[in-house]
Amino acid sequence: MAKNAAAVAAPTAKKSKKWVQIKRDKWMYALLLPGTLYFIIFKIIPLWGIFISMKTYYAGVDFMEADWVGLSNFIKFFSSTSFIMLLKNTLIISAMNIVFFFPLPIILALLLNEIRLQWYKKALQTLVYVPHFVSMVVIASITFMLLKESSNDAQSGGAIFELVKRINGTGESWLGGKVAIYWVLLFQNIWKESGWGTIIFLAALAGVDVEQYEAAIVDGASRLQQLIYITVPAIMTTVVTMFILRMGSVLDTGYEQLILMQNSLNKSSTDTFDTYVYNIGRVDGNYGYSTAVGLFKSIVSLICIQSANRLAKHAGQAGLF
Amino acid sequence: MISIKRKGLGDIIMDIVVYIVLTILAILMVIPFVYVIAASFATETDIVSSPIFLFPPHPTVDAYKQIFDMSGMGATVLRSLCISIGVTVIGTIVNLFFTATMAYGLSRSNLIGKKFFLNMVLFTMVFGGGMIPTFLLVKGLGMYDSYAALIIPGAISAYNMLIVRNFFMELPSGLEEAASIDGCTDIGIFAKIALPLSLPCLATFGLFYAVGHWNNYFGALLYLNNQDKYPFQLVLRNMVMLTTEDTNGDEELPKESLKMAVIVVGTVPILCVYPFLQKHFAAGVMVGAIKG
Repeated sequence: MAKNAAAVAAPTAKKSKKWVQIKRDKWMYALLLPGTLYFIIFKIIPLWGIFISMKTYYAGVDFMEADWVGLSNFIKFFSSTSFIMLLKNTLIISAMNIVFFFPLPIILALLLNEIRLQWYKKALQTLVYVPHFVSMVVIASITFMLLKESSNDAQSGGAIFELVKRINGTGESWLGGKVAIYWVLLFQNIWKESGWGTIIFLAALAGVDVEQYEAAIVDGASRLQQLIYITVPAIMTTVVTMFILRMGSVLDTGYEQLILMQNSLNKSSTDTFDTYVYNIGRVDGNYGYSTAVGLFKSIVSLICIQSANRLAKHAGQAGLF
Repeated sequence: MISIKRKGLGDIIMDIVVYIVLTILAILMVIPFVYVIAASFATETDIVSSPIFLFPPHPTVDAYKQIFDMSGMGATVLRSLCISIGVTVIGTIVNLFFTATMAYGLSRSNLIGKKFFLNMVLFTMVFGGGMIPTFLLVKGLGMYDSYAALIIPGAISAYNMLIVRNFFMELPSGLEEAASIDGCTDIGIFAKIALPLSLPCLATFGLFYAVGHWNNYFGALLYLNNQDKYPFQLVLRNMVMLTTEDTNGDEELPKESLKMAVIVVGTVPILCVYPFLQKHFAAGVMVGAIKG
């Protein structure tokens, strides 16, 4: 009997202990309130987009009166010619970034790590970080000013356009070129982010045990050998983690850069899922259809991130969550 | 440090290659900015006839005079600059308030329900309703075409908040215990102990938020309708992209040097805060945020 009573009393005691703790921490919950409200209102409530995506909902129409169409927005999107084009453009832009941009911060960090003069290393870092903090508008504007073609004989084009013209006689049309624009986008990314991207790898490099280098020097290893056999393996974990994370966001091309660089000549190669959602939804006001496209991208991205994360953990890395 | 006594020939060659490659790369990254600054001080004829230079052949400040000429475009430029500064200052204060309070709230390890709050934040980092539902929500809340739309919907960056939380978690717990024994409430501890101790960390994120507000283009494009409310980045964009077709030929086109000068005006504030930003680049702050 006594044993039974104790068993009944225990949960209530536990419960009241919980209440005491919550009461004790009441001001902590007060501190959590503004942020929690923010996340609920601006991050959770927009999930009602799932319903918008199932309606033919246009700007100027009352949401309640818009027709329910089930999944037909999605079906319309998958069977449209745009879908293949958007998928192709998105994958080309992402693949170019993964192949050509991704290795650069690693190489840059390894090179910076080899610089023994601390003040010079600092100076170089200062210079290569600058473009990260400059707005995309400024980057796009400078690109435009440097690359634009001359409109007539009286007015010359941008400085880089003129430089190339001196070499090949005609100059190149980068900004309107269906393929050339991909290289422009890639170079903008390299210019803006490859310096800043070194930070995470430099942090990993800073953690390498100095004794390993000392031992290698005693054994007569050259600097190149130290780089190959000590430094590179030491940051491999970080490299693999970053790579898997990058693969997880393969459908994200971002809005700003593409919207800024898009023009009527290159639109068929610069339209991606992200810009399509903006153009169809915000510009044309086709809310239902555009939300369906956005939702499709979100779901695929979620699957990509989750599998990338699982893969990272499987590979013995820490993973993101 | 390691003292290297013997240096092989290979090591010396490697040193030379590393220094040369990095120096060239660093120069390449800043040369476009140098060029734009040079061009903004150049005469129109210099830019139009032979635009390749790194120092203006005939330096002049005409472009800057014209930008701030009150009878012409000066009014638009100054208004948009004021808007950008206002949004940046107020926006950053809002960011810091929301970020710091939530980060501190989540920093106590034995708080009941902490897991729920954290999971909510992590979930929103990987999945969201998307642009249009958020846009419709902002519109429904009556913030469309107002500056609030540039500030409130982005009040917290989940990533930044988690890093600040990590910082709070590493504060010595003894201080907080002592304060609570002295009868200080959690809000008192937050305001009087945690905040002052984490000022450098908060200053760093304040600067990051501020740079984000100053550079914000897409938010204004999405949420603002009235051209008179445009912040500087939009005005800059419109000026640079203005062509004969847009003006119907009856309005004078902005000169090339003027476009260059506007770009410089948009970049200078960033370069002004850059030294302060750089002081806090301490890699430790940036890495390993999401764990825990």
